[in-house]
Amino acid sequence: MTVRIVKVDSEKCQGHNRCYAMAPAMFKVDEFGYATPRGDGVLKTEQDLELARRAVDNCPERAISIEEHDEA
Amino acid sequence: MPAEPVNDWSTDYDIFAREYIRDPFPIWDQLRASSCPVARTDRWGGSWMPTRYEDLVKFARDIQHFSSRNVLVADVMPAPGAEEQELSEEDQQLVQQYDVGAPPITSDPPVHTWSRRLLLPPFSVTSVTKFEPETRELCNALIDGFIANGRADGAADYAQQIPPRVIASMLGIPKEMTSTFTDWVRGFLELGLTDPELRQESGRSIFTFMIEQVQQRKEHPGDDLISYLLAQKVDGEPVPEPHVVGTCFLLLVAGIDTTWSSIGSALWHLALHPEHRTQLIEQPDLIANAVEELLRAYSPVTMARYVAEDVEYAGCPMHEGDKVLMNFPAANRDPSIFDHPDQVILDREKNPHIAFGVGIHRCAGSNLARMEMKVAIQEWLRRIPDFRLEDPHAVTWAGGQVRGPRKMAVVFPS
Repeated sequence: MTVRIVKVDSEKCQGHNRCYAMAPAMFKVDEFGYATPRGDGVLKTEQDLELARRAVDNCPERAISIEEHDEA
Repeated sequence: MPAEPVNDWSTDYDIFAREYIRDPFPIWDQLRASSCPVARTDRWGGSWMPTRYEDLVKFARDIQHFSSRNVLVADVMPAPGAEEQELSEEDQQLVQQYDVGAPPITSDPPVHTWSRRLLLPPFSVTSVTKFEPETRELCNALIDGFIANGRADGAADYAQQIPPRVIASMLGIPKEMTSTFTDWVRGFLELGLTDPELRQESGRSIFTFMIEQVQQRKEHPGDDLISYLLAQKVDGEPVPEPHVVGTCFLLLVAGIDTTWSSIGSALWHLALHPEHRTQLIEQPDLIANAVEELLRAYSPVTMARYVAEDVEYAGCPMHEGDKVLMNFPAANRDPSIFDHPDQVILDREKNPHIAFGVGIHRCAGSNLARMEMKVAIQEWLRRIPDFRLEDPHAVTWAGGQVRGPRKMAVVFPS
């Protein structure tokens, strides 16, 4: 089974808040605007995956990625 | 004096040319697609101008070569042939005492890092949301003033009135001073770019006003942004007072004509596109995405950078002291990143626009600007769902480094 996890590279994030604005259930931001995934970032549903892809597509800093790995 | 017409935009561009201010889009397309996408000019003191998205990102990230030290306070674009202004003794003293620029926009690390951290929390989504009800009230009061007439200037009577009052409220300064602020900021950033004397006078007015305000807050702290800044500590020490003055200067200057330009452009677009008005009225949840799309298509701000050390970029020999115009608006219409870049698609799915810049200088006020745009569009459409430009050819635009409509008469059923 493929597990997909959404990640935010804190070195790249500049606090644009785009991911948080479009997916507040998936991302949180601190008082400076820097984003992190909520919880473990595991994308459990197709809708989650779709939303995460949109966050990737809209981040001006290219700070968001979706990691995939296989789990037995 | 009319400037010489531009024959070759890649070697002789003029960001103050009438055709560039009115309709820069075909010029950017031509430059972006040419073999020389980083254009050059000797006009207005000389500068370089990247136009492709990927180039803008690279310039913005390379803070070692492209400094922000004098984007705003020093003359970004001295008028042609203008001599350095002689400063009065009083001004020289001011300059010496307050030689901090307008941090963090004019700062590089390490000052940039702490000075930006001071500013981000009061401009977070949560903080700016507190000002949403009063912004909504303000928009409605403005609309009340003209709705019975069936006619209004969407730029002067509406867009221009919103940001100065909101920032005044945040800073705790009298709202009655709104039109004075507007004059100062236009004198500094818009008209002043080609009129050094006006620029200097306007800059001085803002500066001395902010010095007074900071003094007042020291004696009588309140629940406002100036008092907040004065109460902050960096490495255990209070923030130096000149720094607070410089930051307040920035907040007044940067938050006003940029956001009103965006609101004005959004209304201009909606006046011309009834189908988009209908879409927003029928799908109110689209507003956040629509604001991003309008920011992309009509990005108002072209910042500048200062070449800190000689560097060659894409075959362009850049020398220390050269200016680079950060043409974020052109990047946001780059077809290699955006599908159908010249179409406004309110539900566009892929929109990594850089209207607020990219990298460490990402606009600190972006959440505030978005909130103001959202509320201004929502309230206008709620009260005036049907409107059009009285005469599309009579609309006037400001351009150069901040682009937006300045006179825009609209008519609607009263």
